[in-house]
Amino acid sequence: MQLPSIPLAHLDDLWFQVSGTVCNLACTHCFISCSPHNHSFGFLDFETVRTALEESVALGVKEYYFTGGEPFLHPRMTEILELTLRYGPATVLTNGTVFKDQWLQRLRVAADASNYSLEFRVSMDGYTPEANDALRGHGTFERILRGVGQLLHHGFLPILTVTPANDEDDPQLFERFVRLLRENGYERPRIKILPTLRIGAEAKRGRGYDEHERVTVEMMEGYDQARLVCNHSRVVTDRGIYVCPILLEAPDARLGDTLKEALAPFALAHQACHTCYQYGALCANASSRHRDA
Amino acid sequence: MPPADTATLDYRRIAVFGGVYSNYLALAAALEDARRRGAEECFCLGDMGAFGPHPDRVFGLLRDCGVRCIQGNYDNSIARGLDDCQCGYTDPRDNYFARLSYQYTFAHTHPDNRAWLGTLPTELRLLLGKYRLLLCHGSPRQMNEFLWESTSSSAFLDYLMRAYDTDVILATHTGIKWRRDLEGGKHFINVGVLGRPENDGRTNVWYALLTLARSASEGLEVEFIPVAYDHEQLAAQMRAERLPDEFVATVLTGWWTTCLEVLPYKERCRGRF
Repeated sequence: MQLPSIPLAHLDDLWFQVSGTVCNLACTHCFISCSPHNHSFGFLDFETVRTALEESVALGVKEYYFTGGEPFLHPRMTEILELTLRYGPATVLTNGTVFKDQWLQRLRVAADASNYSLEFRVSMDGYTPEANDALRGHGTFERILRGVGQLLHHGFLPILTVTPANDEDDPQLFERFVRLLRENGYERPRIKILPTLRIGAEAKRGRGYDEHERVTVEMMEGYDQARLVCNHSRVVTDRGIYVCPILLEAPDARLGDTLKEALAPFALAHQACHTCYQYGALCANASSRHRDA
Repeated sequence: MPPADTATLDYRRIAVFGGVYSNYLALAAALEDARRRGAEECFCLGDMGAFGPHPDRVFGLLRDCGVRCIQGNYDNSIARGLDDCQCGYTDPRDNYFARLSYQYTFAHTHPDNRAWLGTLPTELRLLLGKYRLLLCHGSPRQMNEFLWESTSSSAFLDYLMRAYDTDVILATHTGIKWRRDLEGGKHFINVGVLGRPENDGRTNVWYALLTLARSASEGLEVEFIPVAYDHEQLAAQMRAERLPDEFVATVLTGWWTTCLEVLPYKERCRGRF
């Protein structure tokens, strides 16, 4: 079957798989099965980050994103963000459970000194302890709220990032999280709702993709390719450059050793691409919207 | 060499306005202010309607004063009869207010004005002295792209200058003015908007004045000009048109109350809500 091939229109977003697949949590719906014991991808060297940042300037990168695993397990994460804010805006995707106040104090200083925004996206996947902890682990609801509180205390405005694997059809979901955050002292809540990616651990927990859930050449006619992550992003990992943060476990997602080698088009061979196609903006800070919504 | 369709301006000073958002009182004040400051031509970067009352009152002013206009995403939606403004809100509250505003504006824009919006170009290229200017709404590559100061790296702006073969990019769309001087004497300028204050607790709005310096180098001077207008009259008219109290509050206080989700961290921090 012929696959749609998506060119990189421009490298707007450069991602760093900064803590590899290592996480202090083992969420049952994680699309790359991160855990304390998953070392498929390791921590990025500080120098690897610095080199990629330097390389990104000539490529005109607009924004930088940091993910894992849990980025703040990286022993030099604060330093990495301080460095990045000299190049451009930085967003870090965190579970919010391991912050130390001294890190946030330093980041507060770095954010104030930079022209660019430092965004924190904190994952929480249910608006009650029961719903969240069933996915993210016992006690995490309270720990995440504490992390949000730490960020607020240091003057940040975290974006709560929600993958409601058990509540996807709840039409009041957004408002429920707004209420939760307000009740916990967050006066201007920011929320990003994400669709469930049915790969990795989630494929074992819930349902995987149905056979028909694939992107075809015909489906791309009249479709805005800019909605697809691979149209404007690449990911730096300790094992090379990958096409997007979602497909790390797919061998064909590795595109090269350097950014320059990884600028080629990508064929949408994967079923997770179907979710990206449907919702768009999966990895950006704005919420995703179903195409027909 | 500039692109073939580039028009050369024999001017030394031009005014560039951002979104008008139906604020015809601010538009009239800005036109008068620009004339008084010696602007030889005025440009408007689109989004004529939205937010304010009586959208049709903007068009006569623009045409009578010979303002050269380009199309914004709101204009594109109104002209094509789309369902929404293409700002891409996902917060239900923001969507609620965006929809109210869009439906009011669409219903009160005369079909002739809708058709006129459909005729506007999506970009203009001009030569001001030695500077190649590219005028657009959101960004040169996408009409509804938000280019915020805190989320646009200089490397990215340099890329836009290279990719679009220009020296100065003028845009609007975000509602907040900013500028960055880049290497090689290039400039990115977000001219702000005339339609509503910029979330700083002040009631005035802003436009940009570009002047060729009289020195031998003919450098480009960029000034952001605050425009005071009768905002209380605008607020009264918005109330009479039953536009949302939240919009009226923004006009009267200078703080944004809606459509906040698109603001990045730094810009959001500067506001009250």
